[in-house]
Amino acid sequence: MIDFSVIFAGFGGQGILSAGKMAAEAALYEGKEVSWFPSYGPEMRGGTANCSVVISDEPIGSPVVNDADVVICLNQPSMEKFEKQLKPGALMILDSSLIKTRPERTDIKVIAMEASDIASELGKMMFAPITMLGCMATATGCFTRESFEKSLFEILPERKHNLIPINMEAFDRGAAFAK
Amino acid sequence: MAVVFEPTKGLTDKPFHYCPGCCHGIIHRLVAETLVANDALETAVGVASVGCTYNSYEYIACDMVQAAHGRAPAVATGIKRNLKDSFVFTYQGDGDLASIGTAEIVHAAARSENITVIFVNNAVYGMTSGQMAPTTLVGQVTTTSPWGRDPSYQGYPINVSEFLSNLAGAAYIERVCVTDFKNIQNAKRAIQKAFNVQKNKLGFSLVEVLSTCPTNWGKEPLAAMDWLKENMEKQYPLGCYKGADITFDADGKYVSGAIPATNNNCVNVGEVKK
Amino acid sequence: MAQKRVLMKGNEVIAEAAIRAGCRNYFGYPITPQTEVMHYMAKKMVQVGGNFVQAESELAAINMVYGAAAAGFRVMTSSSSPGISLKQEGISYIAGAELPAVVVNIVRAGPGLGGIQPAQGDYFQATKGGGHGDYRNIVIAPASVQELYELVVEAFNLADKYRMTCMIVGDGTLGQMMEPVAFRDEEPIETIEKPWAACGRKGDSFHHTVTSIYIDPDVLEKKNLELQDKYKIVEANEVRYEAINMEDAEIVITAFATCSRICRNVIRQAAELGIKVGMIRPITLWPFPYKAISEAADMSSVKAFLDVELNAGQMIEDVRLGANGKKPVYFHGRLGGNLPMQKEILDKIVAIHEGKIVEGGNF
Repeated sequence: MIDFSVIFAGFGGQGILSAGKMAAEAALYEGKEVSWFPSYGPEMRGGTANCSVVISDEPIGSPVVNDADVVICLNQPSMEKFEKQLKPGALMILDSSLIKTRPERTDIKVIAMEASDIASELGKMMFAPITMLGCMATATGCFTRESFEKSLFEILPERKHNLIPINMEAFDRGAAFAK
Repeated sequence: MAVVFEPTKGLTDKPFHYCPGCCHGIIHRLVAETLVANDALETAVGVASVGCTYNSYEYIACDMVQAAHGRAPAVATGIKRNLKDSFVFTYQGDGDLASIGTAEIVHAAARSENITVIFVNNAVYGMTSGQMAPTTLVGQVTTTSPWGRDPSYQGYPINVSEFLSNLAGAAYIERVCVTDFKNIQNAKRAIQKAFNVQKNKLGFSLVEVLSTCPTNWGKEPLAAMDWLKENMEKQYPLGCYKGADITFDADGKYVSGAIPATNNNCVNVGEVKK
Repeated sequence: MAQKRVLMKGNEVIAEAAIRAGCRNYFGYPITPQTEVMHYMAKKMVQVGGNFVQAESELAAINMVYGAAAAGFRVMTSSSSPGISLKQEGISYIAGAELPAVVVNIVRAGPGLGGIQPAQGDYFQATKGGGHGDYRNIVIAPASVQELYELVVEAFNLADKYRMTCMIVGDGTLGQMMEPVAFRDEEPIETIEKPWAACGRKGDSFHHTVTSIYIDPDVLEKKNLELQDKYKIVEANEVRYEAINMEDAEIVITAFATCSRICRNVIRQAAELGIKVGMIRPITLWPFPYKAISEAADMSSVKAFLDVELNAGQMIEDVRLGANGKKPVYFHGRLGGNLPMQKEILDKIVAIHEGKIVEGGNF
């Protein structure tokens, strides 16, 4: 895998940046090269948030992603903005709980999943991007379920390890959409 | 033969460049004598500023650092935070401290930085040839207030000791002058008190010393002393503005009086390898 | 021994590296996009028994640096472009007084208040003086989080060794991004004696004075010549750069830091089109790798240089000095905080390769 690139995009507060970090940590757990680059500044204050994650078997060139392999969208403006930044044939995963239209491009794959509805069933809206991570990992094989789970044990402090099962449930609920 | 007088070891042998009748020489000597009297010459670090005092780093015999214009309190902060048990002082004029360096002096006092500031106020820029200073008196003629300082045009003088004493971080602030023997003795007492404040880690201390500038005032030395007494002391009354009730025992150990919270930020971070 | 790789933000790694390098003094003032350096220091510096002061201004911060350095202690400050402009006064004094200091500039787009997105518009300011007088800073431009760590540690050694400011020039991308970093168990800290430090006479027969004022022109000229001699030694010993793909390169990209990362991808894409592109990535911006550029210009395979920067063309002046007219030097830059798309750079390479472009560039 060389320079596999993902853009996570949505509103600030949806857990976009931390979902990106979790993806990077899972790939790092597998010994891959990773980079994570966030949008920053005033746009972080209540507006849109996005981050780029690159996963690679080789040293990573640009951490800034212009043409992504996957875009994970959690709001309408992000979908409109980032559908232009997908490679032909690449994958868009969108939260159909919040996004009512679909991309105009026909040369990309689209998975629409009710991520926010699932998240509210699980009790916290921040699980929405994690369900989408589950979908992405399963659809692309960019990291395994096992690496994701093990990396959570490494990065979370022990007092938060009780939250790992529910995170994995969110991951698995999303994974189902990849099939 | 009995020795009746010898120069203080707190000053180097380098001749002063100050004009006749200028008070810097007296004030330098008071600072130097205080360093010697407290056995601090080997450990103290002074910060010289910009203005007529720029060269004080060559005159005072402890280690000295020359600072940029107005920044001496920041430089002293960088030093003192590393050398918490050494006496660290700045020696600044009124242009340096009360004009370009107002931010640095206010915030050093607000942080209760455990340093001592010797603030020499002669109501004029001396080094750059007699321009109006923030401390220039109303009506005082300078090269940039040629018809006398007019508040409607140039604003009012700044009373540094008064306004700094309003800050909770200031432990001890006193204004003195060195026009005669009695006042010189009083100034020495004030500098010693500031030294004690710092030694006991009580926080920020400042001694404002009213000074003459015969050259730029256009006066003979003695007439300059009289002018200071008659005019400057009206605008800048002598006295203690903060920490008057702080007392020390005979060994200089803190006994009583209101003080800011102790400055706990001064930690030892190791020794410099020489 | 390297430790296990952990994912960390560039700005946090700068702070961690400084502490690992034995720096126990940080003085700073908040400004985006370098604030995480300060946040990390605010906690960690206190935990390791060092000094953290949030200064009242950049002017105060750099002068606290001056004070701590004058007393002989390792010290760092960090800021971003407008704040570095304010610090230039102090940096000039540090040069004049020959003090060791590490200054980090996480560059944002200017001029004026500008924006807060990544840029490289401070190249001139960093490498050609910045403040008043004839002086130089060692200027280091890391390109990855791992390199940030290693070069910040190195910056303290260089600052102490040459008694001068060592400036780390990053940008918003490098400061904000996370990458894996593997810390060493033990840092290569060079302890250099500082007999000049003003930290108390402590038995010396003379008092130590730290100053940058020399009123006598002859004395000041001598002082300046000593500084210039020192800078020549730095130029002879401390040039660092990375040469990528330079064997039989036809087009040589010159780019530093974030730009060089983007260009790495472009080199791969150009190869797929059958164009051999190499890159010279200066790691020290001062001293600049003129010799490497000059040698590349002498290579028969090399047809041209393409300088890529996040500014209107600043490092290109040094590339041209190095190339000395032997080969054309083209330019591609983006301004205002924008990053070039890989395709933009690739298109330019194709155009140069096909001879469809005039020297000078996109401005």
